Amino acid sequence: MIRWLVGLIGWSLAATSALAADPVTIGVGYLGVAGTRSTLSLVEQPAENDGVAGARLAIEDNNTTGKFTGQRFTLEERRIKEGEDAVQAATDLAARNGFIIADLPADALLKVADALRDRGTLLFNAGAIDERLREADCRANVIHTAPTRAMLADALGQYLVWKKWSRWLLVVGSHDEDKLFADALRRTATRFGAKIVQEKTFEDKGGARRTDSGVTLIQRQMPVFTQGAPAYDVLVAADESEVFGAYLPYRTWDPRPVAGSAGLVPRSWDASQDQWGAIQMQNRFIKLNSRRMTPLDMQAWTAVRMIGEATSRTNSGDVKKVTDFIKGPDFSVAAFKGTRLTLRDWNLQLRQPILLVDGRMVVSVSPQEGFLHQVSELDTLGYDRPESKCKLK
Amino acid sequence: MLRMWRVGLLSGLALAAAPAHAFIAYVSNEKSNTVSVIDTDSWTVTKTIKVGQRPRGIDFTRDGKFVMVAVGDDDTIQVIDAKTQAVVDSLPSGPDPELFAQDAAGKILYVANENDNTVTVIDLEKRTRLGDIQVGVEPEGMTISPDGKTLINTSETTNMAHFIDTSSRQIVANVLVDARPRFAEFKHDSSELWVSSEIGGTVSVIDPAKHEVIGKVTFEISGLRKEAIQPVGIGMTKDDKTAFVALGPANRIAVVDVASRKVTKYLLVGQRVWHMAFTPDEKYLLTTNGVSNDVSVIDVAAQKVIKTIQVGELPWGITIAP
Repeated sequence: MIRWLVGLIGWSLAATSALAADPVTIGVGYLGVAGTRSTLSLVEQPAENDGVAGARLAIEDNNTTGKFTGQRFTLEERRIKEGEDAVQAATDLAARNGFIIADLPADALLKVADALRDRGTLLFNAGAIDERLREADCRANVIHTAPTRAMLADALGQYLVWKKWSRWLLVVGSHDEDKLFADALRRTATRFGAKIVQEKTFEDKGGARRTDSGVTLIQRQMPVFTQGAPAYDVLVAADESEVFGAYLPYRTWDPRPVAGSAGLVPRSWDASQDQWGAIQMQNRFIKLNSRRMTPLDMQAWTAVRMIGEATSRTNSGDVKKVTDFIKGPDFSVAAFKGTRLTLRDWNLQLRQPILLVDGRMVVSVSPQEGFLHQVSELDTLGYDRPESKCKLK
Repeated sequence: MLRMWRVGLLSGLALAAAPAHAFIAYVSNEKSNTVSVIDTDSWTVTKTIKVGQRPRGIDFTRDGKFVMVAVGDDDTIQVIDAKTQAVVDSLPSGPDPELFAQDAAGKILYVANENDNTVTVIDLEKRTRLGDIQVGVEPEGMTISPDGKTLINTSETTNMAHFIDTSSRQIVANVLVDARPRFAEFKHDSSELWVSSEIGGTVSVIDPAKHEVIGKVTFEISGLRKEAIQPVGIGMTKDDKTAFVALGPANRIAVVDVASRKVTKYLLVGQRVWHMAFTPDEKYLLTTNGVSNDVSVIDVAAQKVIKTIQVGELPWGITIAP
């Protein structure tokens, strides 16, 4: 035992001395909004550290590699409260960090991007799925690791069409983001030959998400709400606002599966994803954060890993050099999705397979077999180069 | 016509008359938690052994008496007695062992533990743990240089081949390769180290003395998208002339001319081909095909697939008795 200990000390001593020069420090900032949103399902309630927990794990992973490359990564987290200025917080973060992972609403993200443009800070959009950030409002200093609504809708649509569930009953919430997701789903239906047989709107009339006898009421409401629909194969719900989606499965008038914002859901990541070596990553995440990994955690992890990948390949912590490499043709990153992820050079969106999950298992992964593309099958998800309105500035 | 028939008959006789070189192959089935035993004379599965959870890395001990199989989800390496074909012992590996390498004498075992970024060193005779070596994120591929002086470990998320001095157990060099390095194999003359990168889609050729990537083997299959080409297992003939590289979901084995580092042929095997092993006479190469749940048998000289054998679910690793 003692000999074993001595041996260990010997190794660690030698390991320290092997690091000749001082490591290069690479600062990464994380900018998010304080507080969490409320979900219908208690188990899906996001943790306070949703997102940044993924960034933290990637910093650890980068630092393990950094021991061999002489690079050290640091993470500085900043949460803006209601009424606080995102630009000011971002500028402050940028003073110490060349890279910022952002989980901000679209408008705030654009303001931050424009404010930091001349400084050369590279932003990673880990949170916002808005199409416009990659289209008319795209920015040359913003890389998107979050998928877009169109990518998510296409991923789901490909599967539904493959399953031959091509008649959709579309139920849309009354909030703006619900309508945007519905737009994406309509586009998907047109692209892949599905038919929306009827659209219904679910008005948000307010009310609490947690009540003591909620189930009884929901059980009465939902069958009636979905009664009298034309013949359909699947109910597709667009409810990003978490008002009604999760109430639909098992409660529709006709016995039909539910997909979209509830039932079969398209996501960049899921706690149940265990293929392609993901189990190691899930285990590392649980060990570090004492909870399971969410899509936002993964989107932030991927962003920080992209930085680590580029700094080790370029053997540099220089923001300009690293940014050029990430945007260049040779960049790719491995993120436990069975294939290398690359950037769409026309709008800096990360190409990625999308998981279709039911809350307990990964049901399928899109793109589906048979959806072909001349460049990358991943480009069958979302807006493709010829359709893009983005002009990177 | 008659003559051809005669020749056929004669060669058939000759085959039958030749002394039978039957070997025994052990295949780990990642999903069924079993090991399939294949007889290379009849090309049939003669036994299926129940093992621990998620069996992957598998290798015979040097004396041929035991088969070691890493059962990752049980955090151990189980030992199968080759005579009784039953699990008889287990080794104190670290958490989630995946692949391992043993020294030439068969006395020391080095295990890659994917879960905690370490390589565990095990005394095979005493079956005790000697210590750990810290490496990169998700250590996987393991091999030892022919002279026994250098242990190579590849780490999947760090994307490096770590060169470890086997006497001091220190990392002496780190070589960056393409994404998700899975497997490392030395040329028998020690002049080159080949490392496959699953996501990068290449095999890096490293000069082990200079610790530098000196070339890359690339793959191109018409009609197949680049992302489907995911190199994993590598097998090299003893004369160092030909290398075989398993290309995962491309469902093919690439035959590579080692000198020019160019692919000369692609052999269609089962789905998601992962690892491989030669018979000791090097007549045959057996590959594990994860998704089609079978093993392909390649005639090495003819460079042809001659047989497919059904095994358990998700066959992963393979070893053949020395």
